[in-house]
Amino acid sequence: MLSDFLVITIGAILVNNFVLSKFLGICPFLGVSKKLDTALGMSGAVIFVMTLASLVSSLINTFLLVPMKLEFLQTLVFIVVIASLVQLVEIMLQKLSAKLYESLGIFLPLITTNCAVLGCVLLNAKAAPDSIQSTWYGATIYGFCSALGFALALILFSSLREKLDLANVPKAFEGTAISLITAGILAMAFMGFSGLV
Amino acid sequence: MNIALIAIVAAGVLGAVLGIIIGIVAKAFAVEVDERVEGVEERLPGANCGGCGFAGCADFAKAVVEGRAQPGGCPVAAPEAVADIAGYLGIAAEEKEKRVALVRCSGDCANTVRSLYNGVRDCRSAVLVAGGAKGCDYGCLGFGSCADACPFGAIEIRDGLAVVHPELCVGCENCVAACPKNLIIMVPATAEVHVYCNSPEKGAAKRKVCKTACIACRKCVKASGEEDHMLVDGFLVKTNYENPPPPELVEASACPTSALRLASKHVAGGYGGASK
Repeated sequence: MLSDFLVITIGAILVNNFVLSKFLGICPFLGVSKKLDTALGMSGAVIFVMTLASLVSSLINTFLLVPMKLEFLQTLVFIVVIASLVQLVEIMLQKLSAKLYESLGIFLPLITTNCAVLGCVLLNAKAAPDSIQSTWYGATIYGFCSALGFALALILFSSLREKLDLANVPKAFEGTAISLITAGILAMAFMGFSGLV
Repeated sequence: MNIALIAIVAAGVLGAVLGIIIGIVAKAFAVEVDERVEGVEERLPGANCGGCGFAGCADFAKAVVEGRAQPGGCPVAAPEAVADIAGYLGIAAEEKEKRVALVRCSGDCANTVRSLYNGVRDCRSAVLVAGGAKGCDYGCLGFGSCADACPFGAIEIRDGLAVVHPELCVGCENCVAACPKNLIIMVPATAEVHVYCNSPEKGAAKRKVCKTACIACRKCVKASGEEDHMLVDGFLVKTNYENPPPPELVEASACPTSALRLASKHVAGGYGGASK
């Protein structure tokens, strides 16, 4: 049991990192990685939404879609559920915690249609029925750890990009080109973890 | 057929239920916002430069509505916009003189001794290496930390020297804080004559490293006669911005190093290259 959780944790954060080996969530990975503090805000929002979305979607899948034999509706239903969930969270945050809303607020709408969130939820739904990932707590932990992996990649990358801004980059590689090359090297570095789990 | 019907009904019901829940929650958790804040924010420039001392235009708008700040506190907004905001809120606007940034250095690559520096292209990094790669310890390093800090693109790095374009400068003072040499000051936008030098060293020492340093020969002080347009501060002459000199003073004083310059001519590159 405990070893199952360990496998999920290490696997989601390092070995099958969402950004660097599954190539999900590339858009925010390149879009909000110019500054470390925006990257931190985005990471917080992704961890929050992905964990919540995994839990809710897993519950809907096990208690609604599977009994009604509507598994083919998974993609559609999950999109709707994630979008409304983010909307709900945003409304409630604004009222309940203005501080948290100010730090996460701008990033929440950005993740509504993020492929990393949908991908995580779909991976949970498609997991083998006897694996721990198909239970609601397993799915939640998987969502949380995947988001941690995303946050790790995003924070590493944004720190690198802040350094790159000050470096003497050859003219032809300036801007996006050197960022993409850096992202590729980072992904290769993470390939070193393959086979660990 | 049957499964399609179930799917349509299930998806429809799910959508309706989620919609209703969002509707109820939005009503229950509605946050009251003073609509005047939005009105003021619409009338502000929206550059979020922080020149007012608040965390952006939205924060400033809130402060104005709550009476914690004056509409004129925004250094970017044109006088008409400030009057518009004041009229919108029904309070009196206060007049404020427009101030622009000035880089007190004229030592571009042609005029100043420079050594080789291959480090990080940033003034604040360069200054850590023996005070920067410039003969003059007080001059502009020309890596453009101020230009990076300017949200309005008003600072140009020309031939290793930062030049402020006064017509683009809005007076947010972001560059003042960015310069590690404290070279940038705020001056009245109407002042035309400036001393483009900030080195307190003796004339001979300055001349050795820079062709356009102020050597405090006091020609301009004499040319301004009884009026105290120019102030002498040790080995440096400064423009008295309380009583700014007329543009003719530059011609009349015939500054031997051309450190005394007309802002318009300096910005246009009229003093380019080495002086005599």
